[in-house]
Amino acid sequence: MIDPVILFFLLGAAAGLLRSELRLPAAVYELVTIVLLLSIGLKGGIELARQPFGALVPQMLAVVVMGFALALLAFPVLRYIGRLKRADAASIAAHYGSVSVGTYAVAVAYLGSREVAFEEHMPLLLVLLEVPAILVGIVLARGFSRGTRWGSVAHEVFGGKGIVLLMGGLFIGWIAGPDGLSSIEPLFFDLFKGILALFLLEMGLITAAQIGGLRRHGLFLVAFGIAMPLFSGLIGAGLGTVLGLSLGGTAMLATLAASASYIAVPAAMRMSVPDANPTLSLAASLGVTFPFNVLLGIPIYYSIATWIHG
Amino acid sequence: MESFTRKLLTIVTEAALETVLVQDVEKLGAHGYTITDARGKGHRGARSAGWETDANIRLEVVCDEPTAERIAAYVRDHYYENYAMILFISDVSVLRPEKF
Repeated sequence: MIDPVILFFLLGAAAGLLRSELRLPAAVYELVTIVLLLSIGLKGGIELARQPFGALVPQMLAVVVMGFALALLAFPVLRYIGRLKRADAASIAAHYGSVSVGTYAVAVAYLGSREVAFEEHMPLLLVLLEVPAILVGIVLARGFSRGTRWGSVAHEVFGGKGIVLLMGGLFIGWIAGPDGLSSIEPLFFDLFKGILALFLLEMGLITAAQIGGLRRHGLFLVAFGIAMPLFSGLIGAGLGTVLGLSLGGTAMLATLAASASYIAVPAAMRMSVPDANPTLSLAASLGVTFPFNVLLGIPIYYSIATWIHG
Repeated sequence: MESFTRKLLTIVTEAALETVLVQDVEKLGAHGYTITDARGKGHRGARSAGWETDANIRLEVVCDEPTAERIAAYVRDHYYENYAMILFISDVSVLRPEKF
């Protein structure tokens, strides 16, 4: 059975392709994103309250290394096989080393409807995975020396709403604990899938708008946008198994590895690598990889995890 | 009523630039500025403000002529090449010249 939230995504995409008048008001989209980020953070925070933080440190370090590695692996493919400009290759590599919270939320819904449990501290790993690839992207594009304003890069990355709300949610969940949060549960947990449905409706519209960019920049981006997440998904599933994660946790880490950023990284790249063409990276991450992951990728990563855990 | 001529400098550009642009404009001598959300289409494509990376702003500064020219030159040198941006300067009448 196809999950209804996926049908909302398809509705949005169809409406966008048909040039419908449909448009979520910017403030509504903003609110929907804020609620999603907070509820994901809160869920993770509750779990942090339950277990000793020290036990998570090896996992945290491992995913940070994975974030660096994925961006570094993507770069030569983009630069030498795709023959992209250095700045463009670096920027796209950063998108694919980082993560998409929207994709994570769909994976939460997917595993939830199959009643597969996963390590609830996953949002902590999600936050950690956002950052390393951005640093790799900037260094690949400009080197260490040439006057990068690291202060404003840090401000852009850590002051962005993604990190602020995820970290904020983690802290609030951690401090308040499961009992303390019961009063706000109806909004953040019970309504999660409804909010996700609205979010995916808008994502469908946004995805459809990227098709133009894709048409201009061709086959390589489409191929990369599908092959790269499959490859990263394998790495994520392998790492999850090595770290001793459950079946659900392995599928989740595979999904995180496979997802490509479309909020935090584009903003950081626009400021730090201005000569990279944002149309290229967004066409790949939003026009190809996001819909691929939502429709086919997540079930594939789940199958990979099931196969490894055999 | 006596009025004085000042320059109105208008910049339409990507919302991503807002933070740095505001710093630049203040550093170059503007006493204040007004920002509004904007959307439209130019040679870098339609910018429909559907979501963050697609959003535009319009930044307006009323100032004296040397300041307007200083900001215009700085912005042209630093941002024209890589960002979606237009800039124009017009004459406006103000009642309190010391404010600008």
